[in-house]
Amino acid sequence: MKQEHNKAHKFGMVIDLDKCTGCGSCMVSCMSENNVPFKDDESDKKKSITWMRVYKLTNGKSFPDTEIVYMPRPCQHCGGKGDHGHSPCVSVCPATATDYGYDTGIVSQIYTRCFGCRYCMGACPYHARYFNWWDPKWPEGMEKYLSPDVSPRMRGIVEKCSFCYHRYQAARDQAYAEGDKDNIPEENYQTACTTACPAGAIVFGDLNNPEHKVHQIVKPDPHPDPRNKHVVGKSRNPKVFRLLERLGTNTKVYYLSDREWVRKQGDNYLEGEWDKIKNHHGDTSHG
Amino acid sequence: MDSALIPEGAKRCSFPKFYMGIAVVGAVVLWGLLAWGLIYWKGLNQTNMNDYYGFALWIWADLAVIAVGGGAFFTGLLKYIFKIDELKNIINFAVIIGFICYSSALLILAIDIGQPLRGWFIFWHANVHSMLTEVAFCLSFYFAVLTIEFIPNILENRQANKVSFFHHLAHNMHGIMVIFAATGAALSFFHQGSLGGVAGVMFGRPFSFREHLNIWPYTFFLFTWSAAAFWPCFTLLVTKITETITGKKLVGDKTVHLLSKIAGWMITSYIIAKIIDTIYWATVTAPSLGFKWTHFYSNNALYGKWMLFTELILCGVLPGVLLIMKSTRENSKLRLLAIILGVIGVCLNRWVMVLQVMAVPVMPFDTWALYIPSWQEMATTILPVAYGIILIALTYRYLPVFPQEQELNYPVEEEAVDEPVVAPAAEPVAATE
Ligand code: SF4
Ligand code: SF4
Repeated sequence: MKQEHNKAHKFGMVIDLDKCTGCGSCMVSCMSENNVPFKDDESDKKKSITWMRVYKLTNGKSFPDTEIVYMPRPCQHCGGKGDHGHSPCVSVCPATATDYGYDTGIVSQIYTRCFGCRYCMGACPYHARYFNWWDPKWPEGMEKYLSPDVSPRMRGIVEKCSFCYHRYQAARDQAYAEGDKDNIPEENYQTACTTACPAGAIVFGDLNNPEHKVHQIVKPDPHPDPRNKHVVGKSRNPKVFRLLERLGTNTKVYYLSDREWVRKQGDNYLEGEWDKIKNHHGDTSHG
Repeated sequence: MDSALIPEGAKRCSFPKFYMGIAVVGAVVLWGLLAWGLIYWKGLNQTNMNDYYGFALWIWADLAVIAVGGGAFFTGLLKYIFKIDELKNIINFAVIIGFICYSSALLILAIDIGQPLRGWFIFWHANVHSMLTEVAFCLSFYFAVLTIEFIPNILENRQANKVSFFHHLAHNMHGIMVIFAATGAALSFFHQGSLGGVAGVMFGRPFSFREHLNIWPYTFFLFTWSAAAFWPCFTLLVTKITETITGKKLVGDKTVHLLSKIAGWMITSYIIAKIIDTIYWATVTAPSLGFKWTHFYSNNALYGKWMLFTELILCGVLPGVLLIMKSTRENSKLRLLAIILGVIGVCLNRWVMVLQVMAVPVMPFDTWALYIPSWQEMATTILPVAYGIILIALTYRYLPVFPQEQELNYPVEEEAVDEPVVAPAAEPVAATE
């Protein structure tokens, strides 16, 4: 379905790192919502499937100045350079098995088309993509709890966070049924992690819709960053940042923190560069 | 026992000795097949790859064999298009090496994908933006071209050649070989380049990402150039190994010196371009993304600056210079050293552009990831090597591969007095026209 440009959604989230306690509820809810299988041995985290993964960051100082922050990392649903939809992973997949939804901004994964070459995994700097090294398995009896809305994945293919796309489909169906197909109320489409977070650290919605909370917090700048033409949608909130923004991946997951050292961990900076760049955070590009 | 199949006038070891050797290498092939079977049966969990290393040993092996196997295309190009006739003495062998390398690359790719039965999706659902799509198309077409180039040599087998149809087919195929050489050159140019593009377009990976010229990142051109530069090293190395095992001289010095000279100039020009590219990346590209170039060479147990030095200087500048200078080029020991360094250099470059790319942390709070391949990965990587040895042994025994073998090893004056001079053991396939 092709939508008119001004009607296109751009779903995204902002995660308040000062609220996140690192409890992992988002990870658990994601796994159960999306039928993520279990392995006999989950100790090798480089082989565990965690669409949502919570990283632990520290300010590197010793006691008593140590500070810790937990950073949940779903797929960032990158829009690619200039936000044209050429995400790092989408642009490299030889079989068009991962696709950019211009109507939603969501990067999809077509499980039945992926043949497991893993080029997309190499291209994603966030390690948001996971390969099914084993046949999917669930502890006995647990298959009964699988969600009928999400297809389980077979061995030998790649999977990743879909922003709970099936929930979007349900909300869209409801909007159609109610006769206002272009209006999906904010509360009708929320990802599993957002609803599960006990601290309310995750805010999800349509970045293109000024009525949505995510838009109000992020205040995305629709114009390219004058300092880096590849970057679009930079936040005009000085406390909000994106992961590896300088690469031009144009992610739709934003992070929020009052603490400077946390914001600094969002990207790579040369020596002395941060002090110059940090003052530009929250700048609007055009006046 | 098989003497009727051996080229006329050529001396080969006894049948049992030959097949004893084949059996030993065959055991390695069986080991590789066992690993392959395990991988297909149980899945890629048989490897030590993980979600940080989606690309690993196999992709490196793929890139490496394609780089060193570029000889078939360049020899064809130089011989048929640029009319460098001297190369007729090695073109058959170059085609065989190319055939082995490219069939190995396809074989490794078939093992590497998670859902082998869906391999054809790359053609059916092709994404024109993906470098891998271009690789798949050009690689497959080029392999078809290589097979066509190989056929006339097979038909020159003593028994096959007695069949008039085969004789004429081989003869006529030589006549149109220039078309295939040109097609092969075009296809090769693109897939060598797209293999470089695979790493260069990944803008999420600052270690491999390169600026673009139109739609092609610089690595596109560097990969084609390096394949063109290093193939003679590999071709000469395999020739040298074959000569050592057979105890015969198979390619004349003039051809060897010519190939070495081509390699010398190509390597030197390539390495200058590569050094410029590296400096630009280190001083402009990486810093613009927030990285000091030393970030990519520190804080881990393997990837240090020594790697860069080895690739660029020890295995790049040095072999280039050794092969350019006549005195060192024509000194067999120094030449051998140079070609070995050259082969290591190009393989190291491919390693760096695959494995190191995966190893480097990009997110500031991420860590280096190192990897050691499993025995199944190693066995399936050695499998093509063993297969290559067997194919070279068989072709050497039964086909007239080396046109100069007769003159270099059994000069005419040594012929038995009562025998008329027999047809040359190895009809120069490429030179029959
Ligand atoms: S985070 Fe990774 S998987 Fe997700 S859209 Fe970006 S590159 Fe693709
Ligand atoms: S692993 Fe699947 S989704 Fe990823 S690039 Fe290959 S075919 Fe595309």
